[in-house]
Amino acid sequence: MAGTITTLGNSHAPRISNVTQESRPVRWLLISLAIAFLFLFLALPLAAVFSEAFSRGWQVYWQALQEPDAWAAIRLTLIAAGIAVPLNVIFGVAAAWAITKFSFRGKQFLITLIDLPFAVSPVIAGLTYVLLYGSHGPLWSWLSEHDIKIIFATPGIVMATIFVTFPFIARELIPLMEEQGTSHEEAALTLGASGWQTFRRITLPAIKWGLLYGIILCNARAMGEFGAVSVVSGHIRGQTNTLPLHIEIAYNEYHFAAAFACASLLALLALATLFVKSLLEWKERHERFLASQAARKEP
Amino acid sequence: MSIEVRHLSKHFGAFQALDNISLGFPSGELVALLGPSGCGKTTLLRIIAGLEYADSGQVLFHGEDSTGKHVRDRNVGFVFQHYALFRHMTVFDNVAFGLSVRPRSLRPSKADIARRVHELLELVQLDWLADRYPDQLSGGQRQRIALARALAVEPRVLLLDEPFGALDAKVRKDLRQWLRRLHDELHITSIFVTHDQEEAMEVADRIVVIHQGRIEQIGTPDEIQQQSASPFVCEFIGQTNRFEGNIKDGWADFGDFRLETPPRLQESAKLAGYVRPHEITLHNQASDNSIPVTVASLKRLGPIIRLGLVSTSGQDIHVELASQQLPKDTEVGARLFATPIQAQLFAV
Repeated sequence: MAGTITTLGNSHAPRISNVTQESRPVRWLLISLAIAFLFLFLALPLAAVFSEAFSRGWQVYWQALQEPDAWAAIRLTLIAAGIAVPLNVIFGVAAAWAITKFSFRGKQFLITLIDLPFAVSPVIAGLTYVLLYGSHGPLWSWLSEHDIKIIFATPGIVMATIFVTFPFIARELIPLMEEQGTSHEEAALTLGASGWQTFRRITLPAIKWGLLYGIILCNARAMGEFGAVSVVSGHIRGQTNTLPLHIEIAYNEYHFAAAFACASLLALLALATLFVKSLLEWKERHERFLASQAARKEP
Repeated sequence: MSIEVRHLSKHFGAFQALDNISLGFPSGELVALLGPSGCGKTTLLRIIAGLEYADSGQVLFHGEDSTGKHVRDRNVGFVFQHYALFRHMTVFDNVAFGLSVRPRSLRPSKADIARRVHELLELVQLDWLADRYPDQLSGGQRQRIALARALAVEPRVLLLDEPFGALDAKVRKDLRQWLRRLHDELHITSIFVTHDQEEAMEVADRIVVIHQGRIEQIGTPDEIQQQSASPFVCEFIGQTNRFEGNIKDGWADFGDFRLETPPRLQESAKLAGYVRPHEITLHNQASDNSIPVTVASLKRLGPIIRLGLVSTSGQDIHVELASQQLPKDTEVGARLFATPIQAQLFAV
């Protein structure tokens, strides 16, 4: 899924000097190796998803998506992402702001903590929630007294999704904001701006492309998450199945066309994510290019 | 608006940036904080602005204690070394920013803001750039816009952190003369930080020389240059020749030459004498107050000639002369006699 795309740094291709270039045969060998690899491991499976999805024709494809359980899964996925992504935007921006614009004790620890979901297996993440909030957990009696269901219900799924996707935005913003430094914010403060005005009018416009980029990756991962959600969901059809879980069940029950129809939705999401991502990168480069062009025209 | 700081100290970890600094900035003056990099001058400026807080000590604006006041309530104009213009805003919006973020009750109307911005852009002579973005401006233009932006909020004091540090030599010279004229027009109390002694000499009414977090000397450019308070100041504010000697019979004796001693220096103390390159004359004939030297290098810079001399004892001596003062037929390798006219003397 799109979640595996690396989020660190938007590399701007440096100009390649002749000195570091390899000879022609070596270059061809390397390029064809890379292409063959990409074809076998990425392009071919992607094509297979779509060809399987449509193997029994449009009619079946359409029916598979309109089936009530599939529809419920789509809805739950949208709800989970719709809650997790905004919360992670708030958290990510706040964390990146704190880390890059202030110096405080335990900063390094906070950075490490943000990376935790990348380091921990999603299944473990899901399990910790089951242990904490499940029927053997320390919070269970209080939760059941107040009739709050977390595990095997939507709140657990949302929480697992938040956990897994929470580094994406902070990780995208931290290097960007570090590079920009604090002098613009200081300038705004000396001019009398409040903290909120400084954030809204100075910081936010400076990070908007990075933020959008982070949101897109975060969203892709939130909708595609399998492991952590699988543990806390309980796989109740029509209730606690997200799209990835629904696909697994359909597949295990030999409804191949239905499974691949839903899978094609996620694949489409991945393609759209990549498209928007490159569009954003292009737009940012283009803006810089225009600015530098304009600067060159000046005497 | 006068500014005063009392007993300011500041540490960064184990590094002492400021060590018990007390200092007054009289109203309407343009004062330079001069010193080598890392001496604490920028820290002092940022503490006055409220961008940094001191470990101890006070900052007073017009006699009123402002030590704990937030930067946005201090009403200072701050100009950054790298301009810190808002890249996503036009020049107009940059200058208007300070007025547009005021609370609604204090905010001027749109038309008033526009009028004020154009006034300021005219003041910095860049009205024709109002619709440009900062990326489209040259360094000198950006710094002038940054200054207009700082002035827009009618600050009580203007603080400039190495304002010309990122500019090339020609622009830097133009801009500092321009800043001096602007200050003469506005008379706003201003402090600027620089490590360039020439810049400080040219622009400032008074100079504060800072070294290792302490004040070495406060004075007018002439005082700093001609009555340096310490060997450090002497060496820092321009090229100079150091001679070592001691006091004999009431005279400062440097072996080859001797000079009158001020009464403050005691008999037989060890002395360091600093002689500036233009305080030495050259002759073909020896006198009882001259150093025999050989010309090692000779450079003509327009009307001025710069010589590198080596004394018989092996010391390098730098001399600057008007070309008509150079003894005839002087060339590299020639033997001459150098006479220091005056020196600044310090007991060491």
